[in-house]
Amino acid sequence: MIKAKPKPIEEIIHEIKDCSKVLVAGCNGCVTVCEAGGLKEVELLTSALRIYFMKNNKHMEIDETSLTRQCDKEYLQELEDRIDRYDAVVSLACGAGVQLMAEMYGDKPIFPGVDTCFIGITEEQGVWTERCQACGQCILASTGGICPIARCAKRMLNGPCGGSENGKCEISILVGRDVDCGWHLIYERLKRLGQLQRFGQPSDDKDWTLSRDGGPRIIVKEDSKV
Amino acid sequence: MNTTTPSRLEKIIAAGHLAVTSECGPPRDGRADVVEKKAQLLRNHVDAINVTDNQTAVVRQCSLAACIRLKLMGLEPVLQMVTRDRNRIALQSDLLGATAFGIHNVLCLTGDHQRFGDHPSSVNVFDMDSTRLIQTVKLMRDDGRLLSGHEMAEGRPQMFIGAAENPFADPFEIRVLRLAKKAAAGVQFIQTQCIYNMQKFKKWMQGVREMGLHEKVAILAGLTPMKNVGMAKYMKNRVPGIDVPDDIIKRLAGVPKEKQAEEGIQICLEQIEELKQEEGIRGFHIMAIEWEEKVPDIVERAGLYPRPGVN
Repeated sequence: MIKAKPKPIEEIIHEIKDCSKVLVAGCNGCVTVCEAGGLKEVELLTSALRIYFMKNNKHMEIDETSLTRQCDKEYLQELEDRIDRYDAVVSLACGAGVQLMAEMYGDKPIFPGVDTCFIGITEEQGVWTERCQACGQCILASTGGICPIARCAKRMLNGPCGGSENGKCEISILVGRDVDCGWHLIYERLKRLGQLQRFGQPSDDKDWTLSRDGGPRIIVKEDSKV
Repeated sequence: MNTTTPSRLEKIIAAGHLAVTSECGPPRDGRADVVEKKAQLLRNHVDAINVTDNQTAVVRQCSLAACIRLKLMGLEPVLQMVTRDRNRIALQSDLLGATAFGIHNVLCLTGDHQRFGDHPSSVNVFDMDSTRLIQTVKLMRDDGRLLSGHEMAEGRPQMFIGAAENPFADPFEIRVLRLAKKAAAGVQFIQTQCIYNMQKFKKWMQGVREMGLHEKVAILAGLTPMKNVGMAKYMKNRVPGIDVPDDIIKRLAGVPKEKQAEEGIQICLEQIEELKQEEGIRGFHIMAIEWEEKVPDIVERAGLYPRPGVN
């Protein structure tokens, strides 16, 4: 799922400080799972904002809501009747949700309340890590189910590089935590699967047009269209 | 061994001599004489001079420009290229530019992560990695084609293709396989990461020989003399992929500070002597970091001077 983290409250205050009525809108999808933008976080943020503006003697009405999803028009339409009551909306959805809301309500400022980070997994309670960069052409079949695009800091296709030490990436020393070397993991997994021969052949160039580099992407499934 | 290019380095190796290469790092400004002065120190004592490509991801004068300067001085440059900063368009473009100036050696590298350098927030490109860059140079040289398929009727690169290999990185058992992969991609010479852990290096070389890779690829042993015990500790603790055994640190720490530089050179000379006996070692790559003036001394005392003349 998409993983995000709450923006610093100062950033949100800065955006809405000139408004007098604001809606904080959560999303019950991915950002709820990673505890960044669900109903619980909407309530926490709203209380914190109310306290801040009260302490600063600034009149500010803040309402709260959370939608089933913000990346589908049908759920965003629920705001149609009431969005005009607000000067702005703080959306705690991922970047896709914020943008769709802005598209649908073109006259209304929509401010992001989270930083959208990556596609990842829940490592443990409160810890999420990256697994996928949505490069558009999955190569996991040949890399033992571990993605070198997402998990190698140099997205090498023929790794590991010369900076891997004790199974850790060379950037570990810089980021102040142990970052697994993706290629070390790939090697161990291929060995376990008896597929080390997959490592032997140099890779082909990757077609980055299917990734971000090719421009904004689209998926069309003809048989699903109405 | 038949030669495939006009590279002097290749000819020296093919003639059975132990090759000697060194490197010079360009400055962090636009001065014209820095690389020239470093190269003058090295010119009579090495067969080819590597020019580093924004090493440790710190912005420096570009490797290609400095290589052209060496070439114009009548020297033999090794163009280091990392895939961190340029995509396949820029890499091939620079290879063609180097070809136009008669640069006949290239070292294909992936490069240190940009977070190590002076622009940690920059984008990293990594359109391809070192192995794929080796294949790209080979395609351009041997098939006369660009990755796009465009055919070059004339002006193909004529480059002796090199790469680095680090026998000390993990997992150790993949390091020979990775060399095999680079050999399959078309690499012709390897300059290794600097060697301090001789035991581990010899174990790697044994694996290299078992796969017959030493006959396909000329392996130049990488050596960096220690200036003092502080440098040894720094390299051990702060530089990823460098393996400095404690006995090296103890040995340097065991002599007075003013004699540590000489001790570092002595260690380097002993390593060269030991490696001369190692089957499959075809030369030495002496990386005296900001200490280029010591290279002639090392080369002479190691019995590697004068350098052979080849046509």
